[in-house]
Amino acid sequence: MKIVVCVKQVPDTKGGVKFNPDGTLDRGAMLAIMNPDDKAGLEAALRLKDQYGAEVTVVTMGLPKAEEVLREALAMGADKGILVTDRVLGGADTWATSQTLAGAIRNLEYDLIITGRQAIDGDTAQVGPQISEHLNIPVISYAQDIKIEGDSVIVQRQYDDRYHVLKAQMPCLITALAELNEPRYMTPGGIFDAYDAEITVWGRADLKDVEDSNLGLKGSPTQIARASDKVRKGAGEKVNLGVAESVDYIVDKLKVKHVI
Amino acid sequence: MDFSLSKKHEMARTLFREFAEKEVKPLAQEVDETEEFPRATVEKMAKAGFMGIPVPKEYGGQGCDILTYAMCVEELSKVCGTTGVIVSAHTSLCCDPILTYGTEEQKQKYLPDLAAGRKIGAFGLTEPGAGTDAQGQQTKAVLEGDEWVLNGSKIFITNGKEADVYVIIAVTGTVEKRGRKQKEISAFIVEKGTPGFTFGTKEKKMGIRGSSTYELIFTDCRIPKENILGQQGKGFGIAMHTLDGGRIGIAAQALGLGEGALERTIDYVKERKQFGRSIAQFQNTQFQLADMATKAQAAQLLVYKAAMTKDQYTKDHKTSYGVEAAMAKLYAAEMAMEVTTKAVQLHGGYGYTREYDVERMMRDAKITEIYEGTSEVQRMVISAALLK
Repeated sequence: MKIVVCVKQVPDTKGGVKFNPDGTLDRGAMLAIMNPDDKAGLEAALRLKDQYGAEVTVVTMGLPKAEEVLREALAMGADKGILVTDRVLGGADTWATSQTLAGAIRNLEYDLIITGRQAIDGDTAQVGPQISEHLNIPVISYAQDIKIEGDSVIVQRQYDDRYHVLKAQMPCLITALAELNEPRYMTPGGIFDAYDAEITVWGRADLKDVEDSNLGLKGSPTQIARASDKVRKGAGEKVNLGVAESVDYIVDKLKVKHVI
Repeated sequence: MDFSLSKKHEMARTLFREFAEKEVKPLAQEVDETEEFPRATVEKMAKAGFMGIPVPKEYGGQGCDILTYAMCVEELSKVCGTTGVIVSAHTSLCCDPILTYGTEEQKQKYLPDLAAGRKIGAFGLTEPGAGTDAQGQQTKAVLEGDEWVLNGSKIFITNGKEADVYVIIAVTGTVEKRGRKQKEISAFIVEKGTPGFTFGTKEKKMGIRGSSTYELIFTDCRIPKENILGQQGKGFGIAMHTLDGGRIGIAAQALGLGEGALERTIDYVKERKQFGRSIAQFQNTQFQLADMATKAQAAQLLVYKAAMTKDQYTKDHKTSYGVEAAMAKLYAAEMAMEVTTKAVQLHGGYGYTREYDVERMMRDAKITEIYEGTSEVQRMVISAALLK
């Protein structure tokens, strides 16, 4: 079985978010980590490898520095790393990113593609499903459990109050949740091997069947007007009323603010 | 001269730190209180490959260098001195002598299980009458047919009852050296469960209380002839060489304890308020912290240099690293004692309670000035090299 895992290097938001004066993320001032949902996706792929035998190829799109997450993936047990990097790919939104990744994946053989549900820096949850559209394969999102049966995958798809069990024929794409598993640690020897390993680097010219008009900033329909850190709201208002009066009070407030 | 670490060493440190914070730190206080060997943590470390870091891959190890191993002990010890010494004794005192002096059969037999952490290693040199004076050994090994028969006891053995494979030093006869009769000393590999090999009392210690420190007792303990490690009569050299390597592990443990105490103290002095401001704003606090950090940094450079010198020995089997190891251990141990003591002082009354990690760290630090050669022995080693 051949599994492709898409990962993204994201700023570690645990220590707070830092912005440049123009409102874009100051990535240099924040530690970079492998996106948690993607790491769960990688772990899921590695468990399938342990259980059924598989070749796991990890793909990332980003700056040259993003090769760090590929080395981390190799140190955890992935077999190959591919970095897609090119100036013309910069400034991509989810549409251009998924086009880029799909263009890269078209060069690879795969039975299964696993992406994280969403990245902690963008939180769109769009790239995985978009890749499946571009490649014309089924997608099962929000996976909390993955099993293989013959040439199909059986996935538990998470909802707030239940889960669905879905079966899809491979090749297909699955988006993974961080809750899916507890990713394994890298091993020290794995780290040493990962730094001896060669990372494949692809640029624009290596992408298959993708129009220039779908790539980079120019190919991105989404334009970010402004980004900011969370603004602290007021202290709120405390009232001491009975249950029925409290409900009326809140409903009135919401009506006044045209929320309902 | 380049003081920066390679990217792979940086990534290894990230791994060790993440593991230590997540798996080891939450248990450190409990391990100290209950004096229970952290078996579950050791199993997790085994899975992550921490029990065989410098063991070559052909013997089931990670195939990394001594620097990486030292960094692992350092990061573990930042949060738990007990966990640090378990890895150190296992790696430096058992895996290393088998790797360095073992026959191919011995390496194939013991190292894969040790490196994978399926088995734990220990080392027995110290006796009631032989600590710093290794020539004072009383434990005897006599060859009878195809077996060595061991009689005697070893004390203060780290990983004592929890280990499976022991490197034991014993007297195998007498030899004449420069007209004087001396004990002939040899090294052996002894497995747990061998008839005649039992455990005595468990030591109740000041610090590193979760490490299993036991007396080993040998009563007509028969081991196969082929379990001699290295040549007969070369045991003293094997023991000294092993301790040279072990000192790098203990120096890394001391380094971690000092650094850990410093980190806790930096956090604490920013929080603790006296006379209307944080105690970090007092010049005394600032100067103490500056001294602590400077000494911890100096210790780190000495420890890393010793580790890198041993790495050079691994490559050429010529480079001597005994003096570097002695300097690293001497300085790091004394730094650890000083820094942890200052950390307790800066924590004030809270630092004297078991609520705060620095209390445990100060108790853990003391042993680093004593075991695997006291600070006085390190001074002897260093000065002997200066004056020869």
